Amino acid sequence: MKQKENMPRKETAQQELLIEPNRPVLHYWRDVWRYRELFWFLVWRDILVRYKQTVIGVTWSIIRPLAAMIAFTVVFGLLAKLPSGGVPYPLLVFSAMLPWNFFANALSEGSGSLVGNSNLLTKIYFPRIIIPASSIIASLIELFISLVIMAGIMVWYGYLPDWRVVMLPMFLLMAFLPAAGAGLWFASLNVKYRDFRFVVPFLLQFGLYVSPVGFASSIVPEKWRLLYALNPMVGVIDGFRWALLNGTVELYWPGLVLSTALSLVLLATGVRFFRRTERILADVI
Amino acid sequence: MSTVITVENIGKKYTISHQQREDHSSLRDALAKNLSSFGKKLAAPFLHRSRFPVPGSRSSASHEDFWALKDVSFEVKQGERIGIIGRNGAGKSTLLKILSRITEPTVGSIRIKGKVACLLEVGTGFHPELTGRENIYLNGAILGMGRQEIRKKFDEIVDFSEIEKFLDTPVKRYSSGMFVRLAFAVAAHLEPEILIVDEVLAVGDAQFQKKCLGKMEDVSVKEGRTVLFVSHNMGAVSQLCTQGIILCDGKLVQIGTIREAVTTYTSQYSSADSVDLSLLRHGGAQLYFRLLHLSLFDEFGRPATSFVMGKPVVVRLQIECIRDVSHVELGFKISTMMEQAIHYYVSSWEGMKLDLQQGRHTIEITIPSLLVFPGTYLVGAWASRDGEWSDDNVFPITMIEVISNDVTGYLTKNGVVNNFDKYAFSGGEVYAPSRWNHISHNLLEDQ
Repeated sequence: MKQKENMPRKETAQQELLIEPNRPVLHYWRDVWRYRELFWFLVWRDILVRYKQTVIGVTWSIIRPLAAMIAFTVVFGLLAKLPSGGVPYPLLVFSAMLPWNFFANALSEGSGSLVGNSNLLTKIYFPRIIIPASSIIASLIELFISLVIMAGIMVWYGYLPDWRVVMLPMFLLMAFLPAAGAGLWFASLNVKYRDFRFVVPFLLQFGLYVSPVGFASSIVPEKWRLLYALNPMVGVIDGFRWALLNGTVELYWPGLVLSTALSLVLLATGVRFFRRTERILADVI
Repeated sequence: MSTVITVENIGKKYTISHQQREDHSSLRDALAKNLSSFGKKLAAPFLHRSRFPVPGSRSSASHEDFWALKDVSFEVKQGERIGIIGRNGAGKSTLLKILSRITEPTVGSIRIKGKVACLLEVGTGFHPELTGRENIYLNGAILGMGRQEIRKKFDEIVDFSEIEKFLDTPVKRYSSGMFVRLAFAVAAHLEPEILIVDEVLAVGDAQFQKKCLGKMEDVSVKEGRTVLFVSHNMGAVSQLCTQGIILCDGKLVQIGTIREAVTTYTSQYSSADSVDLSLLRHGGAQLYFRLLHLSLFDEFGRPATSFVMGKPVVVRLQIECIRDVSHVELGFKISTMMEQAIHYYVSSWEGMKLDLQQGRHTIEITIPSLLVFPGTYLVGAWASRDGEWSDDNVFPITMIEVISNDVTGYLTKNGVVNNFDKYAFSGGEVYAPSRWNHISHNLLEDQ
């Protein structure tokens, strides 16, 4: 008899859902897994919508980075004659544009995602993190298109990557961290304070010139490099260049570690802030 | 039958802030104050577990707590179909939002056993650029259906919506009727264990509404699903539901069979010559009085909701005094449908000195002549102590209709009684008698 009393009650066939203020965190990530199909549907929707009713559609994803590459090459490479470490300047620029454009797209789409999907947020339940997550993942499409273009340019220059290209996915993951972190921060802030939709384009414009997109980070003097690495994209861009351009661009390890650590902090705090905002989303948006 | 939903003491509070005018002595002070409060807001989630802070620092804005729901508790058993009815602003949609986990309750808890699907709006997530086909998948996924499920039911959905021809055109080209039919077709094929529906049947033509109602009935009656249905359409609610809940001002006022609920609810908002005031919303602190019952009688003493202009009206008001009260003032008012007051009938203005002892009292008011033009009006009543704000007031209580009458004895040129039809009244006008005399007549000078 005593044994039976100590045994835990048999779980009911159906799981019981408990709704209360300050729900425990455990259920949330389980829910995110359960709603994974919806996540993919939203990604699909975002991609479809971006290219519907456009004449040249996908071609924009080719023209934009190419045009920017040409502009940077002419201005920084030819006119300013900044050093490229022996690599054709267009390749230097384009290999940085891959992660930067991904970051910029992910951040701008992600930060507006909650406000843009307010109709869903007030009418349907699902773990809200799916929304910024799906905009960020949808930005990967442009990255893949750009990778194809990159391959094309490399063939043109007859410049082929070596074993280091295998490390590219790891750097891609590293690019994902600040994009997701900043995306979550801005998505949450934008809900309550609509001025943040002005902050993001401004930050991105500023970041485009501060980050080593148009130039190699080696031109930054040694003593400032660590400080420079406070910009998480510095480490990512250096990584992409290292992987794609046969290591002619050297990795600055302290900077890389700092950038990664910062990105992780950004992501962790971003998730936390998002979860706090999430609870009052339907009431505030 | 097992209980599938248990709602315990649910409350939802919103904080409304009121901006107060501030005089900043200098731009620098204004900026400094705003920056510091913004900094606090940003840091708040990391410093303490309180809610996201409310706009405006404490010194510059006043806050008011508004309870959209308070103390709501009920249980739902499997297979029951519950209709939730109430006025606009009663808290029905808020309750559904909490049940669907869209917003969190402030206090209380809910236990739900089984898969829930919520239909708070028709066509949630429909994207205008995507085609009907794509939107079926998207909307289905948003509502909680898996890809396989949607694929399996795809043909049925298209059939139900009757828009097969337009399946591959972007939804932005659809007429609103087509849009609704498609959206509803997807929603109607949801197969959750618990379905929560909010007033979505308010759109669409009558035939389609019947079809949807029929499908919902099929789904719930045949397959024993539990349904929570919010609607203003008493017919739909009575047809589909077995139990009814009435919400009033965030509180659960009645729970019982759907018949009882609909009867109570409709008697409040249509004309009734006898109204139980305890079911209505009351204003005032109710420290001394409770208004219990109102009855209306025409000039012949018959219960009525329709009165003749210019004729007498008799009102009986039953109140309960919680304790002995002296200097009681009772009032009855008639207002337009837009709630603009037209007449006040007040006991103390007529010299009635009322000192009431504890207990129930019935007071009769005779209005000798109803001085309003033909139309519909609202009535209300209140009780207070002389010179104070009302302690208990109820408005609106019910509607009355006023029909025309030969008040003045004036006959038009056809010999027909003047029924004021040719005049357009906005509703606030009052008839008042006057005397007219033709005083003089002069011929024009140059004739």
